[in-house]
Amino acid sequence: MENARIKVDYLSRLEGEAALDVTVRDGKIADLQLNVFEPPRFFQSFLVGRKYFELPEITARICGICPVSYQMTALAAIERAFDVRISEQTRKLRKLYALSQYIQSHALHIYMLAAPDFLGFESAISMASAYPEEVKRALRLKRLGNDLTALIGGREVHPVTPQIGGFSDLPSGAALQAIAIRLEAALPEAMETARLIGQLSVPDLEWDLTCVALSDPQEYAINGGRLVSSKGLDIDPADYRAYLQERHIGHSNALHSSTKNGSSFLVGPLARVNLNFARLSPRAKEAAELTGVTFPSNNPFHSAAARAAELVHSVEESLQLIEELGEPKRENGGYIVRAGCGAAVTEAPRGILSHSYCFNEQGVVLEADIVAPTSRNVNNIEEGLRLFIPQHLNLPEEELTLKCEMFIRNYDPCFSCSVHFLKLRMNG
Amino acid sequence: MSGKPKVAIYKFASCSGCQLEFLNLEPVLLELLGLVDLAYFVMARSGNQPGPYDIGFVEGSIVNADDVGRLKEARQDCNLLVAIGACAVHGGLQSISNWLPMREVEARVYPEPVHTQPVKSFPVSEYVKIDAALSGCPINKNELVEFVKSAMLGVTPRIRPHSVCVECKLAENVCLVVSEGKACLGPVIRAGCGALCPGRSTPCTGCHGPAGECNVESLKNMFLGLGLHQADVTRHFRKYAGLDAEFQKGVVA
Repeated sequence: MENARIKVDYLSRLEGEAALDVTVRDGKIADLQLNVFEPPRFFQSFLVGRKYFELPEITARICGICPVSYQMTALAAIERAFDVRISEQTRKLRKLYALSQYIQSHALHIYMLAAPDFLGFESAISMASAYPEEVKRALRLKRLGNDLTALIGGREVHPVTPQIGGFSDLPSGAALQAIAIRLEAALPEAMETARLIGQLSVPDLEWDLTCVALSDPQEYAINGGRLVSSKGLDIDPADYRAYLQERHIGHSNALHSSTKNGSSFLVGPLARVNLNFARLSPRAKEAAELTGVTFPSNNPFHSAAARAAELVHSVEESLQLIEELGEPKRENGGYIVRAGCGAAVTEAPRGILSHSYCFNEQGVVLEADIVAPTSRNVNNIEEGLRLFIPQHLNLPEEELTLKCEMFIRNYDPCFSCSVHFLKLRMNG
Repeated sequence: MSGKPKVAIYKFASCSGCQLEFLNLEPVLLELLGLVDLAYFVMARSGNQPGPYDIGFVEGSIVNADDVGRLKEARQDCNLLVAIGACAVHGGLQSISNWLPMREVEARVYPEPVHTQPVKSFPVSEYVKIDAALSGCPINKNELVEFVKSAMLGVTPRIRPHSVCVECKLAENVCLVVSEGKACLGPVIRAGCGALCPGRSTPCTGCHGPAGECNVESLKNMFLGLGLHQADVTRHFRKYAGLDAEFQKGVVA
């Protein structure tokens, strides 16, 4: 096939609204556009003038799938600006809270958004008669993640308890013990998920990929650590703006991200597992083996395997944290509002999420900068498609189109998040 | 309705959290899907089917002309059209932008002054007739299930008009305004959340929008009495539902 047009007007089974349009001429890509047409909401603009304590509440609403990550990042940035030190209990509870969202988000993506592609269905719902056990397992895992989020945060979508220094309400030790019993039972189900991923065959794709993730020598980094890359970057995450750049591309409402030398980069489960494999929990390493993938891998189709390993890790580390937390105690951490700036980066399920704020002495926001994981990945998705498509021009157009959709879905893109930082759109 | 009712879920300017609440109905999801045909749900399926549909759920606010067109088509395609969530019902958080002077926003973003499209956020009822509204940021799952059941049975769903205070009293929570002097919006906000925030020592910030017959002016004066500045009070009322006529009484000094 020397000439082809791959066109998907409204990409399905991902969060948000985007279209793909590729023109192939003489076996080469003449034009490739991942057009994010999700309407912008300008969070970055209207955050200016709001009060600091509203930031976790408001920024959570950027994403219905990963509100926990927005809350954790906003709080870390504010706490840096006000020089607030959090207790060990808060640090552990926040990690548990973040892991709960990994369980929910990864179960959602593996089973409901990605698996139907590999098993030949339109949705997880239509898979239910042929794969009843898998679908029920998916619902159980997802509910468990949601219940753990709600236990700590009050509800699963846009939770309400996180605040500066900690939480407005704490789960009881008994409630944590009760959910630990369910986490124990979920561990073999998470392992089964890795086994399932191991049975799916994925296309080959090798490229000189740059991975970026948080990394910490003590633990699998999510809410803290250094910002590192597979090409030697190693910085304080608060300095992210000096090393990771963004520019506006005409065909998309999402900004394109690149490293200082102009290369695209990957964030998310595959980048994290590639860079932090040694810090995965013991069962997560076994799970990685079950997927049949050897890490580090430069094939984005191996993101599903990385996600499965992280699912197991999230369950196992949650169990460990619950044991360490015991009976959470009320803490009285005060803080002083002051003028200044603070930035922070955390690992959302889809990759690094960065927030940066400046406040006046009343705590009113003067400047806000937020970059979502999918904004980081859009450039990498386009670059990957430019490599992937020419290698598969022997496929019928319909199949190639599906393969492109699968390629994009590997990234678990969340276009709802990605556009809310776009500056105002120009006319015409 | 004959056979399984066909359901469509539309997305406009939003975070996808309300449509995620459908998938978050895990314990009853398979049963629910035995009763309705989720014919159009782009986030959860490919092979989406064309209308007409029996029920359309609309998530998100309307921020541009293209979306007005898509919304009008949705109205034509659906027998019942239901706005879900603060964005669709009240304009949502992004309606905070409606009061920002656009020139100032531009200057904040662009080094050179350029001509930009006005960006304002409106509820879907600004452009089309809606048959029902489920408010909340996000919608409450119990209310969603109750609504779907009612629609299947052909009865009017019990949408709560009373305020969060009623649910808060039923839960026997300590009142945050009276005993702690905190600015809680509970008295003027529609119930349906089970007083989620006050029950966790967090003041209500109003994500469910105005309750029926609420008295914003009185609460505004109470907040000023607690020592809040008018700018703080304005921020409270220009949040999820700043376009609401009653809420606009909270922002005038």
